[in-house]
Amino acid sequence: MWRRSKSCGSRMSLMTATTIALTTVMFVGFLPFQKPLHAAGSGDVVSIGGSVTEIVYALGQEGRLVARDTTSSYPPEAETLADVGYMRALSAEGVLSLNPTLILSEADAGPPEVIDVLQSAGVRFEMLEPAMDGPGIGTKIRAIGAALDVAEAAKTLADQVEVDMRRVTMEATEMAADAPKRVLFILSTQSGRIMASGTGTQADAMIRLAGGVNAIAGVQGYKLLSDEAITSAAPDVILMMDRSGDHAVADDVLFNMPAIRPTPAAASEHIVRMNGLYLLGFGPRTPDAVADLSAALYGRR
Amino acid sequence: MAAIDAAAPGYIRDRRTTARRAHVILSLVCAASMVASLAIGPAGTSLWGAFGQLLRSEPLSTLDQVILRDIRLPRMVLGALVGAALAISGAVLQGLFRNPLADPGIVGVSAGAALGATSAIVLGAMLPVAVQNIVGNALIPLAAFFGSWISVFVLYRVATHRGRTSVITMLLGGIALAALAAACMGVLIYIADDAQLRDLTFWNLGSLGGATWVKVATAGPMIVLAVGGAVLLGRALNALALGEAAAHHLGVPVQQMKRWAILCVAAATGSAVAVAGTIGFIGIVVPHLLRLSTGPDHGPLLINSALLGAALLVWADVIARLIVAPAELPIGIITAILGAPVFLWILLRQRGSLMA
Repeated sequence: MWRRSKSCGSRMSLMTATTIALTTVMFVGFLPFQKPLHAAGSGDVVSIGGSVTEIVYALGQEGRLVARDTTSSYPPEAETLADVGYMRALSAEGVLSLNPTLILSEADAGPPEVIDVLQSAGVRFEMLEPAMDGPGIGTKIRAIGAALDVAEAAKTLADQVEVDMRRVTMEATEMAADAPKRVLFILSTQSGRIMASGTGTQADAMIRLAGGVNAIAGVQGYKLLSDEAITSAAPDVILMMDRSGDHAVADDVLFNMPAIRPTPAAASEHIVRMNGLYLLGFGPRTPDAVADLSAALYGRR
Repeated sequence: MAAIDAAAPGYIRDRRTTARRAHVILSLVCAASMVASLAIGPAGTSLWGAFGQLLRSEPLSTLDQVILRDIRLPRMVLGALVGAALAISGAVLQGLFRNPLADPGIVGVSAGAALGATSAIVLGAMLPVAVQNIVGNALIPLAAFFGSWISVFVLYRVATHRGRTSVITMLLGGIALAALAAACMGVLIYIADDAQLRDLTFWNLGSLGGATWVKVATAGPMIVLAVGGAVLLGRALNALALGEAAAHHLGVPVQQMKRWAILCVAAATGSAVAVAGTIGFIGIVVPHLLRLSTGPDHGPLLINSALLGAALLVWADVIARLIVAPAELPIGIITAILGAPVFLWILLRQRGSLMA
């Protein structure tokens, strides 16, 4: 079955020459890559996580940034910074190649081995607690402010966000008072299976803050649900992120899915789409997001 | 050996010298690749500079220390080990099944390992906190390792009847096991939450980005033992190429040898998948390339496979960490992009003889 050849000698020298040539070319060819070629920012702070980057910008400290992760899509200027990749698949040497003196990171960054290495690399590493309410956002802002030595500005911003959060949630509760809406947050509808949010998620927290009721209360986290579970949850409104890819699905396709068709949401064709980072980020824009969401749920502002 | 050499026809003697020369060349290429992977990285830390500093007994900066000692060195070692393990597993399985398409994937070993790892990612959080603290980050490698061992054990029990192991039963059993493992993974994927699903996606693409000394220490000894064991199988695999009966009459303890071959493959693949995720094409392309250039003799083929596999994976890892720096591509993407066209090219070249 194997190809036989008597001219092993010549073939061998050909192979030798090729491997040696290839190794040399690769060795020499990769040397220029040793210095990062990407357009990095001028600072020395790496920001990992969309809300972290937003807070750095809100504090007016964007000049300190050298890079951010893929989830940092707001404000749009952030996307001109170097990208260290998806926050759960970071590269230790990639991050260190930017010579950071401070890494600000959302708590669920990973993989864990890479985080361990980064923490042992002699670079200040600030892991921020995940936030799911006003005080949580305040804590995050103050921690970032302390790390960036702008504690005063951070306190002002944090207080403002906390006050705004109390106001918008109160207004939302008032709007919902007589008839709170049952809301189903759908993360994706890949291959006809619906991944929705149970309790304990940012989506669940936002629904409650905006005066809604999470239609899926029996499960924790984002889960693929059976059609029957969704139908019996009987949501009045469907909430989704308005991005492309597997999250994008046309309204009529969605309302015709067997699980959705029998629900009140399909009957009234009530669907709310919001930018993912705006809706779930829990950063400085969250009071606005809560107000927008409750307005979208109850049709008033 | 000398007597056999003298009696061998000219082209066989020719092949042996070629293969031996290949040992030397591939060892050099492998060593050069390993040095290169230590020297090249997005951080621009210079290996030569570090050497100079050490020679002048000046202390290295913490950053350089971390980059060389905690990032590049374990990555290099792990990459070489995983590459050698995957390539030699492919070579052994192809010899054992007398089928050029055999690969750790085909006997269900990779699937078993992947199932183990998936279970750890999805169900790990349910373990008691005390257990989690003890095993820590080694949970996924350990689970993958157990997964591959369990699948090999089951496979072996299925394929062995009255002390005889049937290759066909083993092959079919492997397909069934892989299907079963895939189904179990489906269940796990179904109950996984969003974050776990994203972890699974990246894990399935393979990466050496999480290489640590702990992983080297967990998988290293097992891979070294397995590769060493596999190298000793050369003569037996050559005899087996003539058929089981012929091998038996040539004095090869066929049953025992099959058992050893499967054990080596399980240990090598299980450890490799455990620490680096699923990385394709090394196991199938490397032995093919070597057979084309140095002939089918398993003696040198197994060693050369390990050497070339190590060199290739180390280079694939260098590409993975440079091409989108400061981010990183999963290495499985690189091996597939490089490996799949090479494999097609081999198929095209061999089309005639494969049909015959």
